[in-house]
Amino acid sequence: MSRVHDMGGRFGDGAVLPEPQDGPVFATEWHARALAVTLACGSLGQWNIDTSRHARERLSPKDYSRFSYYEKWISALADLLVETGVLTLEDLEQAAERAKDQAGGSEEIQKSHPLSSRRLLPEQVAAVLAKGGPADRQEGPVARFQPGQKVRTRRLSDSALVNGGHTRLPNYAAGAVGHIERYHGNHVLPDSAAHGLGEAPEPLYAVRFAASELWAHPEHPGDQVVLDLWQSYLLPEEVA
Amino acid sequence: MPHDHHDHPHALLPPEPALRVKALETILCDKGLIDPAALEEIIDTYQNKIGPQNGARVVAKAWMDPDFKRALLQDATEVVRDLGYYGRQGEHMVVVENTAEQHNMVVCTLCSCYPWPLLGIPPGWYKSDAYRARAVREPRKVLAEFGVTLPPDTSVRVWDSTAEVRYLVLPMRPEGTEGWTEDQLVALVSRDSMIGTGLALAAASVIEGVEASNQSVEGTAE
Repeated sequence: MSRVHDMGGRFGDGAVLPEPQDGPVFATEWHARALAVTLACGSLGQWNIDTSRHARERLSPKDYSRFSYYEKWISALADLLVETGVLTLEDLEQAAERAKDQAGGSEEIQKSHPLSSRRLLPEQVAAVLAKGGPADRQEGPVARFQPGQKVRTRRLSDSALVNGGHTRLPNYAAGAVGHIERYHGNHVLPDSAAHGLGEAPEPLYAVRFAASELWAHPEHPGDQVVLDLWQSYLLPEEVA
Repeated sequence: MPHDHHDHPHALLPPEPALRVKALETILCDKGLIDPAALEEIIDTYQNKIGPQNGARVVAKAWMDPDFKRALLQDATEVVRDLGYYGRQGEHMVVVENTAEQHNMVVCTLCSCYPWPLLGIPPGWYKSDAYRARAVREPRKVLAEFGVTLPPDTSVRVWDSTAEVRYLVLPMRPEGTEGWTEDQLVALVSRDSMIGTGLALAAASVIEGVEASNQSVEGTAE
């Protein structure tokens, strides 16, 4: 089962269009603002990175396809803000009205939102961006696989935890045989964390696949694809 | 045409993207949930402070110092943290080395994961459907679109960033750069060479570039 964001291997997208390497970081002003508003809202503490990825993936296939990158961000952000109760549908309606007026006649809305004390302050920005959000954890099961070991990914790429839920096993790599390349330690399981089901950390591995295992017409016999996959995505493969 | 506002509240916002951002930004500011000065600070960070120059510094050091390179390939997160390159979207770093036998290339097919502290914000093409869809299936055709053709006996290994681990490619050091300083080497390390859709620049291209930029500086002075 494939979903619109899970596009690895898809046909028909046309050429990649390289850009000058010294071009602007943000193609237009609103791209920069979309990024900044999204990151600033993260500090309200109402979701994690997996929740916000899932919010982008849950855009309707039609919207996901026609929206540019930062349109996906800002639209998913609006959805998340309402779903978590930070804003209401009426707030969005009002915001739209005011944007339409353009007059910006800033009629004072209530200043004191219960979460406003969590607002990201300018002097906190550097520290927050530098701190990041590490995903590795001490707890969780022991590693079941060793580097070099042969494994097979689950045949079905959809989330095993939640029907239609978030997962990071791409469809093109489901049911494929590969080898453990590297063990990354235990990492938060997005399939769980995206749905408020806890971090459920698990061993995470880089798993190497021959291109010929993934594609009927690989470009070159020696080519490979490596994916980072959690232990629950993998089964041991008997060595014949 | 009716929209389902309850499933997709964003449909209530203006369809035009710049206006959509503005509408959301305004109401969040009014409610005290975001601070405009903090937004400026975030934009300034990614526009002016964090970018591919960070990754290029790491690559140049690896070219110059075998011990640094060994440590980098062993545990990149710690090594780049010591250089001050750590943070959001770079919490778990792995550096993969290009050799005559193997070329590495990085993609994120499921979204657009990218090592921000080392390379900054990803370019448009990295986030495009075409790159996300095709890099894993036909990396050589994609490389050709970047003007890169690999020798037939070089294999390609594509890294699909499906978790919170971020990958940086260590490109091959160009010939004829023996004895160059770190700053001279940095100038050879393009952003695309650290994603794997390019190679490091040839020594000659930078020497010419230096002359060209000197000329233009003189031209400006006149």
